[in-house]
Amino acid sequence: MRIMKREPFFWISISCGLVIMAFILLPLIEMMTAPSLSMLKETIQDKDVVRSIWLSIYTAGLAALISFVLGTPLAYLLARTSFRGKRLVESIIDLPIAIPHPVVGIAILSVAGKNHWIGQILSELGIRIMGSVTGIITVLTLVGIPFYLNATKAGFEGISPRLEKVSRSLGASMSSTFFRITFPLAWRSMLIGLIMCSARAISEFGAVVIVAYHPMIAPVMIYERFEAYGLKYSQPVAVWLVSISLLLFLLLRILTSGNRKET
Amino acid sequence: MIKIQDLNINLKEFKLRNICLSVEKNEFFILMGPTGAGKTVLLEAIAGLIPLASGRILIGEREITRLPPEKRGISIVYQDFALFPHLTVLENITYGLRFHRIEKIQAEKRLDRLLEVLNLFNLKERLPVNLSGGEKQRVALARALMVEPKVLLLDEPLSALDPNFREEVRGALKSLHQSSNTTFLMVTHDFVEVLSLAGRAAVMNKGHIEQTGQVKEIFEKPASPFVADFVGMKNLFKASFNETYAMVSGLKIEIGRIVDPSSHYVAVRPEDIVISREKFSSSMRNNYSGIITQINNQGFYYEIAVQIKDVSFKGLITKGSLIELGLEEGIPVYVSFKASAVHVF
Repeated sequence: MRIMKREPFFWISISCGLVIMAFILLPLIEMMTAPSLSMLKETIQDKDVVRSIWLSIYTAGLAALISFVLGTPLAYLLARTSFRGKRLVESIIDLPIAIPHPVVGIAILSVAGKNHWIGQILSELGIRIMGSVTGIITVLTLVGIPFYLNATKAGFEGISPRLEKVSRSLGASMSSTFFRITFPLAWRSMLIGLIMCSARAISEFGAVVIVAYHPMIAPVMIYERFEAYGLKYSQPVAVWLVSISLLLFLLLRILTSGNRKET
Repeated sequence: MIKIQDLNINLKEFKLRNICLSVEKNEFFILMGPTGAGKTVLLEAIAGLIPLASGRILIGEREITRLPPEKRGISIVYQDFALFPHLTVLENITYGLRFHRIEKIQAEKRLDRLLEVLNLFNLKERLPVNLSGGEKQRVALARALMVEPKVLLLDEPLSALDPNFREEVRGALKSLHQSSNTTFLMVTHDFVEVLSLAGRAAVMNKGHIEQTGQVKEIFEKPASPFVADFVGMKNLFKASFNETYAMVSGLKIEIGRIVDPSSHYVAVRPEDIVISREKFSSSMRNNYSGIITQINNQGFYYEIAVQIKDVSFKGLITKGSLIELGLEEGIPVYVSFKASAVHVF
């Protein structure tokens, strides 16, 4: 069989693709393989490291959970209705993606401070944002929620409204219809949204470092070690953070796939 | 059974104006009309899926205008089937049961009957993605009828099907209608479906109803030029009237009766037109000679266009007659039709 002659365009596309792959993978692989096993072992025995990785993971998880609870109804509303100003709402949702991350932190502090009425109410309730876990979760939710909203909205939009109409006509209320039809069909998109949201939250540095240097999340710790001791000491923490979060995401996907007749 | 009074709907894309319609209990009623006439909107309004601007909807004696869709007892079947993709055929069909108080034995009996009539026994455990179009539509029908609705709304249920499946599902529709107490209201633009299924029908155009009546009446006595054109009255001409005849571009057409002075059009169905080579000697009051300008193959029939003075008439003949008469474009022929075949609006 003769192989068709390819145009130069084809080879240009392939070359560009290879460059991008190398660009992403080379530094990552280099970093992941740089620390020796003994260093990795030593690092994970360090209580501070374990504490900061755990803090990173559970604050990101909580940010995803908050996005899920607060964001799902809004995502559904945006997918199913059209109203004046919908574009505006959608661009507001995308704002946290677009603005520089330290600015997000500064913005949060400016409403949570003593000079703002919200800050005053919070302090009366005994809630502290500056330098607290609450503050970290607040910031992570703000930077993560757009990813959840967009993925989930797209999921809802992919479900024909007619399925919901038929369900209603067969006697199901709005809420029964949501839980029996819409949710089972959209949960995959919601899961992807949750993963994107928490992945984004785990990787956040700029906003967190403004609001809470301590308690120290893993990215802040990696930065601190880099500043104080150099590349070599920051790498093992980074490797552990990346490995553990990848493993968690993988686990989440495995646990939630293949248990129901999907085609 | 269904009574719609002065219904108005304002959506961005569609407006329905002053819709009045009444459908009898257990009737098979068909809504016809071109795309964009608002048929689906009307169905969804009856089902409670679209908000009304004004008007009332009654089912039996009960007003349902403000009821949510799940409380209306109205099922709907869409052209694209709208089966729940994550549920099996059986789960789809029995989906509505949990929301209704139906005795188990009765429900099982009904399920068996529907599975049998719609020939779905062997497909119970399949997922919708593994079904053919005809099978999907049969499942959608079973699902809609499983909750024994007072009214079943059908939105072009056959138009997405291949012709052979179409006939099969049409047959199923007919037998389901005859064996149930449900009132059927169906949207279609296929005349075969209208003629084989419906008792009465309505024609919609641009958001309002042009004509309601027996199917025979709509086809034979269209009430407006739009309906005439829609139901296939090809020979529709603007006319002026004088005593018992009409003048169409200088052509005198005998109607045989005094017509309503507000009329402006005459129409003759192409199948009522006789085309012959010799002058036709019969009781037909309208006889003209003309020239064939066009012969169009329409599958089972040929459509012949004959130019008579400034007027072009269209008639239908079979292939056999075409050959027997030796008709060709450009030859002179005679065109005849009865005075009673002339419709006036």
